[in-house]
Amino acid sequence: MLIKPFRPGDSARIAPSVITPEHVFEDRRRLLRAALAAGITGIGVSWPRAEAAPAALSYQRNERYSIADPPNSYQDVTSYNNFYEFGTDKSDPAANSGRFKPEPWTVTVVGEAEVTGRFSFGDLIKPHALEERIYRLRCVEAWSMVIPWVGIPLGDVLRRFRPTSRAKYVAFETVYRPEQMPGQRSNVLDWPYVEGLRIDEAMHPLTLLAVGVYGKSLPNQNGAPLRLIVPWKYGFKGIKSIVAIRFTEKQPPTSWNVSAPREYGFYANVNPLVDHPRWSQARERPIGRGAFNARVATQMFNGYEAEVASLYAGMDLRRNY
Amino acid sequence: MRLLKPALFALCLLPLVAVLVRVFEFGGATLGANPIESIQDTFGRWGLRLLLVTLAITPLRDWCGAPWLIGLRRMLGLFAFGYVVLHFVTWLILDQSMYWPGIADDVSRRPFITIGFIALLLLLPLALTSTNRAMRRLGRRWKSLHRLSYLIVLLGVWHYYWQAKADTREPILYFVIASVLLGWRGYRLFRHGHRFNPFS
Repeated sequence: MLIKPFRPGDSARIAPSVITPEHVFEDRRRLLRAALAAGITGIGVSWPRAEAAPAALSYQRNERYSIADPPNSYQDVTSYNNFYEFGTDKSDPAANSGRFKPEPWTVTVVGEAEVTGRFSFGDLIKPHALEERIYRLRCVEAWSMVIPWVGIPLGDVLRRFRPTSRAKYVAFETVYRPEQMPGQRSNVLDWPYVEGLRIDEAMHPLTLLAVGVYGKSLPNQNGAPLRLIVPWKYGFKGIKSIVAIRFTEKQPPTSWNVSAPREYGFYANVNPLVDHPRWSQARERPIGRGAFNARVATQMFNGYEAEVASLYAGMDLRRNY
Repeated sequence: MRLLKPALFALCLLPLVAVLVRVFEFGGATLGANPIESIQDTFGRWGLRLLLVTLAITPLRDWCGAPWLIGLRRMLGLFAFGYVVLHFVTWLILDQSMYWPGIADDVSRRPFITIGFIALLLLLPLALTSTNRAMRRLGRRWKSLHRLSYLIVLLGVWHYYWQAKADTREPILYFVIASVLLGWRGYRLFRHGHRFNPFS
């Protein structure tokens, strides 16, 4: 299957019947895990999986903000993830997130806003209509996927907290649960993961607070139960499993920038003209097209230049990478 | 030895077999969402691991008093070379699709790729002089030439370390192993030097 040369439109023609149904996929993992556990303990005990199956959501497709490229398979989207809280391999999040509990969920809102406090997932999401948007996700590692997210424009949620004029930035924080997130037990990054946006970036209509993918609630490995999607920025800006939102006057610290400031900036806008110090950002590998498909040119702002370039008018994007 | 060598040969082929099994999806095995990355990483990792194993032969011989180990070294070294070449070819053909401007740019401007490329070039003369005939013809110079492997393994570890995003645990482990293997050689030389130094 893999060796077959890819022709444009091929992935769109993958019949749903060919894709491994999710419960079979999950079952296979459970079986493997049970086998492993049996091998280790020798008494054939498997540990229980607390994870609930992603639930179907009701939503409307937002065509205006969706790209026409065929989306990656559900399998690709849920098995090839960067979510260091569950391990640094792309396969780790799917393999190690089974014990993570995204319910119940509370988000703390603090800082320069009139309304602050603790809000349940329902409080946050229920007042809004969910919409589906097909976005290209461009990873800083020079690969990309096309993903049908389900969510709410972040600005619609943030406005309910009535940020004051001092709110120049919005900071986000991922949950810290080393007992459920094995990656947090090693210090490859400073935990908890933090990210941030300028307030105008956060309020931009493209910025999405995602609660689902492929019409269902987010699987744990994709950042359940809610995560950020900023399609014109590198994927690491899309902080996952958010538990805190803070309106601030000063630019907040961001995890990858803290870890390697020369390599990852606060802005992290997709830009084919500004290379990562160690690799080129001019071309990217579209995931899911087999082994014999060439890289494609990366687009300025990941193809969202018309919508967002004005946010950075007059800024030196080489310095503000 | 008659049994050991074919067994080791088969063992060294396993990473390649594992890649092929996943390429052809035997038994439901797959290369995952990014097959090129998976193939390239497997070959690169095993190239480096086998370089370390090759370098471990001499110390192991001395620690365990097992001179027969030397008889396995050439095969291990050539397998290491083979996996490094496969790693390079995967990058050239699958990752870069032989897009020469991109390749030239990467080799010249990406330090971690430059280092990897230099390591590969340095491996070439070692592989070419691995025959009995070359050993005889080069005589004492053969040994000096093959000391290049000390530099090559360090370049390989550096290449691996430098491409890592944040998780550097594996390259650091390899660096520690390489340091022990090379440090022991230095120590031996030091002691040896003293023993044979008439002025000490």
